[in-house]
Amino acid sequence: MSTSAITASKLTKSFKDNHVLKGIDLNIPTGSVFALLGPNGAGKTTIVRMLSTLLQIDGGEAHVGGFNVKTQADEVRGIIGLTGQFAAVDDKLTGLENLQIIGRLYHISAKDANRRAKELIERFELTDAAKRAAKTYSGGMRRRLDLAASLIITPPIIFLDEPTTGLDPNSRNAVWAMIEELVKEGTTILLTTQYLEEADKLANKIAVIDHGQVIAEGTATELKAKVGHEHLELTLANTAAFEQATTLFSNLSVTSKASDLTMSIALDQGVHQLRSLLDQLDDQKIAIDNFGIHRPTLDDVFLKLTGHQAEEVQPEVKGKKK
Amino acid sequence: MSMISSHIPQVKRSKLVWLFVDSWVMVKRSLLQIRQDPEQLLGITIQPIMFVVLFRFVFGGAIATGNVSYINFLMAGIFVQTAAFGATISGYSVALDLEKGIMDRFRSLPMTKSAVLTGHVIADLFRNTLATAVMIGAGLAVGFRPDANAIEWVGALGLLLLMTFSLSWIFVFLGLVGKSIQFVQQFSFIFIFPLTFVSSAFAPTDTMPHWLQVFAENQPLNHAIVAIRGLLIGTPVGNHVWWSVIWSLGLLIVGFTACTFLFRRQAK
Repeated sequence: MSTSAITASKLTKSFKDNHVLKGIDLNIPTGSVFALLGPNGAGKTTIVRMLSTLLQIDGGEAHVGGFNVKTQADEVRGIIGLTGQFAAVDDKLTGLENLQIIGRLYHISAKDANRRAKELIERFELTDAAKRAAKTYSGGMRRRLDLAASLIITPPIIFLDEPTTGLDPNSRNAVWAMIEELVKEGTTILLTTQYLEEADKLANKIAVIDHGQVIAEGTATELKAKVGHEHLELTLANTAAFEQATTLFSNLSVTSKASDLTMSIALDQGVHQLRSLLDQLDDQKIAIDNFGIHRPTLDDVFLKLTGHQAEEVQPEVKGKKK
Repeated sequence: MSMISSHIPQVKRSKLVWLFVDSWVMVKRSLLQIRQDPEQLLGITIQPIMFVVLFRFVFGGAIATGNVSYINFLMAGIFVQTAAFGATISGYSVALDLEKGIMDRFRSLPMTKSAVLTGHVIADLFRNTLATAVMIGAGLAVGFRPDANAIEWVGALGLLLLMTFSLSWIFVFLGLVGKSIQFVQQFSFIFIFPLTFVSSAFAPTDTMPHWLQVFAENQPLNHAIVAIRGLLIGTPVGNHVWWSVIWSLGLLIVGFTACTFLFRRQAK
């Protein structure tokens, strides 16, 4: 296998007149976590469905684990795990049966399938529910079962399409912990998410997708740097202090709000500037109630790059994806 | 306790072997589903028993069937009607798989894709065999007295299961087209209702208006009904066995081809 687990060049996909993907290039190194970040309808799911052989590639080329997705679909299916947006479990089977059957369909022996199903049930803390029909499971349990199903053969490459959408914080943390464990063991993961926090926490690299295009790519830090620098946020103790500080920093780039005694100073010269600012406040004995460093979040990145909020929903595009 | 990863060898076999193995895994899946969803068996056991009782004791006395007793006349119709309704279950099952995300999971696996469909269809055969056994018991309990020998029994059951198998593919097609249980319900009813009632299942066709009689005597389910009745109780069979086989194979070829085509196309 080459050092790239997944590569794509100029991927396009259209549904009738709706150009969902307009030329996507990806290069995902083996063993890394890559996040596709974007709002609903941006084309994230379409990318995952194409790379996991569920959708035909209209234009461009993609390789997964060194196999051509178009011409070696079966080989690709043998080395990937997929967890889609909607938990793909059979409600009318028990958790254990779900995993056993998926194991058989991955073409492992019945003995291995049974052993592996039991292992994963235990590992995903579903032991008590193993012999209950999946229809009785909570949302978090279903998602865990779904994730377990994509890990049966421990595929070297895993696609996770919005793995934590709709989960409560506890289940979300559990899913995150499992993803981190998989990464430690060398699995390559391509995940899509609408949660900026999730991409920030899990991914080595992030591609921001909007309207079927990659509009920015880089590490979380790189993306944040695009938006601007850290800010020192101050809340002054009283009006006198506020005025003093305003005079003191009049030659810096400051945004302030007199009504609640707050100001935000751009730290465009790094750490020593921060120290000098705090020293100056100290020297002048300016009373401060509260201070903090604001790092730009990926929310800021999204707003800056796309001009709209990340949560914006575009249902008309979403509907046509199916 | 890390057991997330574990290298498990994938077994290498030829494509043809996998077609059978994967289908069998999917049949087992369908049959396992029955435990959580036993009401699917009610439709093909309790309901036909009610039909048997209703027609045997309520309407049957008013229907003239010549020198054949009404219950002997009726049972072939009940068998075919039960099998036709039983065949709709594979349509529902396919629609349900498409409604839920599980079809995506199957499509992302290295399995033989068509096994998703064949699994449900073959499970229908098992369910219908069971339903037929229940109907035979119910019939015997209320006076059904077949005089068939072993070969005739095998022939009758063979015709019945062949017809079931063909109809299942038609309903799977409806499931693939509609992708919803409601769709399959509506259309299978429109399809089955006239075919089972406008036939000789419950009453001889000779009192029907001529145009209806022509339809009733030449439609596929009626061929199966007349053939099975003849084999079981000795009424004239004519060419109905052959017509039933021809219709079944015809429906099978059309249904199977349409399903395969649509199923492949939907993957794009």
